[in-house]
Amino acid sequence: MALPNKPMGELKAVRDPEVEEREVDILIVGGGMAACGAAFEIKKWMTEGQTVLLCDKAAMERSGAVAQGLSAINTYIGDNSPEDYVRMVRNDLMGIVREDLIYDLGCHVDDSVHLFEEWGLPIWKKTEDGKNLDGKKGQKMGTLKGGAQPVRTGKWQIMINGESYKRVVAEAAKLALGDDNIIERCFIVELLNDANNPKQIAGAVGISVRENKVYIIKCKTMMVACGGAVNIYQPRSVGEGKGRAWYPVWNAGSTYTMALRAGAELSMMENRFTPARFKDGYGPVGAWFLLFKAKALNGLGENFAASDAAKAELEKYAPYGTAAITPTCLRNHLMLFEMKEGRGPIMMDTVTALATLGETMDKKELKHLESEAWEDFLDMTCGQANLWCAQDCEPEKKNSEVMPTEPYLLGSHSGCCGIWTSGPDFDWVPDEYKIKHNGKVYNRMTTIAGLFTAGDGVACSGHKFSSGSHAEGRMAAKEMAKFARDNADFTPTLKETKEELVDLVYKPVRTYLDNCEYTTAVDINPNYLKPNGMMYRMMKATHEYGAGTATFYQTTSKNLEIVLDLLEVMRADCEKLAAADLHELMRAWEIYHRLYTVEAHLRHIQYRKETRYPGFYYQADHPGQDDENWFCFVNSTYDKATNEWNLKKVEYTKIIPD
Amino acid sequence: MPSFVIAEKCDGCKGGDKTACMYICPNDLMVLEPNAMKAYNQEPDQCWECFSCVKICPTQAIEVRGYADFVPLGSSIMPMMGTEDVMWTCKFRNGLIKRFKFPIRTTPEGTANAYPDLKGKDLDSGLLSTEEADGYQLPTPQTV
Repeated sequence: MALPNKPMGELKAVRDPEVEEREVDILIVGGGMAACGAAFEIKKWMTEGQTVLLCDKAAMERSGAVAQGLSAINTYIGDNSPEDYVRMVRNDLMGIVREDLIYDLGCHVDDSVHLFEEWGLPIWKKTEDGKNLDGKKGQKMGTLKGGAQPVRTGKWQIMINGESYKRVVAEAAKLALGDDNIIERCFIVELLNDANNPKQIAGAVGISVRENKVYIIKCKTMMVACGGAVNIYQPRSVGEGKGRAWYPVWNAGSTYTMALRAGAELSMMENRFTPARFKDGYGPVGAWFLLFKAKALNGLGENFAASDAAKAELEKYAPYGTAAITPTCLRNHLMLFEMKEGRGPIMMDTVTALATLGETMDKKELKHLESEAWEDFLDMTCGQANLWCAQDCEPEKKNSEVMPTEPYLLGSHSGCCGIWTSGPDFDWVPDEYKIKHNGKVYNRMTTIAGLFTAGDGVACSGHKFSSGSHAEGRMAAKEMAKFARDNADFTPTLKETKEELVDLVYKPVRTYLDNCEYTTAVDINPNYLKPNGMMYRMMKATHEYGAGTATFYQTTSKNLEIVLDLLEVMRADCEKLAAADLHELMRAWEIYHRLYTVEAHLRHIQYRKETRYPGFYYQADHPGQDDENWFCFVNSTYDKATNEWNLKKVEYTKIIPD
Repeated sequence: MPSFVIAEKCDGCKGGDKTACMYICPNDLMVLEPNAMKAYNQEPDQCWECFSCVKICPTQAIEVRGYADFVPLGSSIMPMMGTEDVMWTCKFRNGLIKRFKFPIRTTPEGTANAYPDLKGKDLDSGLLSTEEADGYQLPTPQTV
């Protein structure tokens, strides 16, 4: 039976949608780990009569970066100290980080991990004689909170059986918040400032992707936490494989764009992440390096990272390059160096690693080891497992290629771009890291009063991962409750009318309906552009000029001028985006969000006259690090009324000693 | 690979209150064609292969075929979800089959403790609600 061969369009869009207006005290935008953290925490601090609402673009049970599951929790402090956690993050991100935010997060992250375990997430345990037990068998060792030892891979990461990680976390979040306070399939697309104070948040507007409906929601305070930005560069895959992004393909930069268009200050948007992963399938390599002790070899079979040449190269980037753990960007840098010198491809030597481990193991233990290797993929990157099956690749018999991916923007993994936020209100936090409203400091508040963020949204503090994002969402939630209490008499007022907001968000639908009958094929029309076409135009431009994979992540001042000009034209052409159905309307707003986010990224790269993150990107006119002039944050703001960007240096303050 | 729906097995979840795959897809790809009462993937090149639709489908009508641009044909991986474990069957192109079973949760579904009755006391402290209840003391860093 053939189903209709139409590309999209079961849920047709209409010219005049229904409008639902709401007013709540607290609005949570997003449904991933950070938003689930906020959902769990918020009601515990709200008073009688206060109201809250959460809007998720998808379904919380499987939304966000953990939708597919995870095989590890990458941040668990345990017996380590928050100070050491700061030192690790600082070194990995080449020195320029917000140590107040990182330390603060390090004090709370374990509490979220303990909750995950209580809710039912299986966490591996060590036995007294040093053997590993999976999360089910390990229950007999007790809980982490009760003192049981996790199985560490590296200093900060613990192993889990995490296929249902997000389901478990979302279940607690939904139970805590209540179904009546959640709208799923509601895509918030634009934040709204207060009519009486443009530096204060007053609400948001969004669309349903299930029915022709616009939501206009007023609030006293809000958290925006919708993940990072994916598919802003041409991916290495050219067809269907575009979906096999390393980070979730639905992360559209909405967090950054909505915040910047509301006037919030961004920070370190020049930072990006291009993880080295198993080629094409983008399966994780961490367990292979850390758990199975595998080595990456160049095309000549050499362990290039251990060579004298690599050591000499790393010394150029001291003290980061010479630290015990090489920063992620510099590990990429060494790999790219081999590839550019003609010594590719880079291969993960799984064969030797498993054979070496097998020397001290019996058959049963080996079988278990093999199962662990497969679970690492099946828990979080199912597609990589299928790729190995399709390639007849058994890791004990055949090595696999490793490749750095296309660029991603995020603030929770090994990256630190995002929104500038307040640190906590403690004496040890420098004043310039505190953001106040009416004289009071609100932790994780942006420079727009009442607007908070968490997870990928918070700049200058990477390595939070899933657990840290959840904890940070909880931290922001408590501060929102505080803000709502302190500003109980604030009446959010929108300057836009209901009609203006509907015109704004349904413009692509009307453009489509006004013009679609002019041509015989709805996707080709001189009067509009479908979101898919704009996505390709953006990807081509950033790929070629903006330090994409086309140029081994290299750009120049002149290339940046070209790509920024192209992006300005693209943003102007977005006035003619067209959407025939609700799915396409979502895609129209996503490409709009992606365009602003990648423009912020490239403007930051243009402003910073050095190459702070070799291996992630290279500004060829300014190679190497220039600590004398650029050991500082770069912050930016955008004014949507004038279409002007403003960038500036912001002083870095060291808090934690070496 | 994009997920695909086996026509014979899909009944559009007509007995349920919602179309399961359409409900769960994080990227809004799975849709129901109401005349045929069959679901399909409307945008295969935006599929993350997260298997959420495969795992939730009540009739096991959804599978995944590897991305056309880099995955050879002939393999498959299929999860079978239980309440405590997931069982994976991984079929290689050459016919080799491997099976793996992993725990997924240690508590019955629906019983996550949301601490519904817990109320925080000091809104101005730096403590989260459960930390406050536990008597956790916030450390202060050794600064430069």
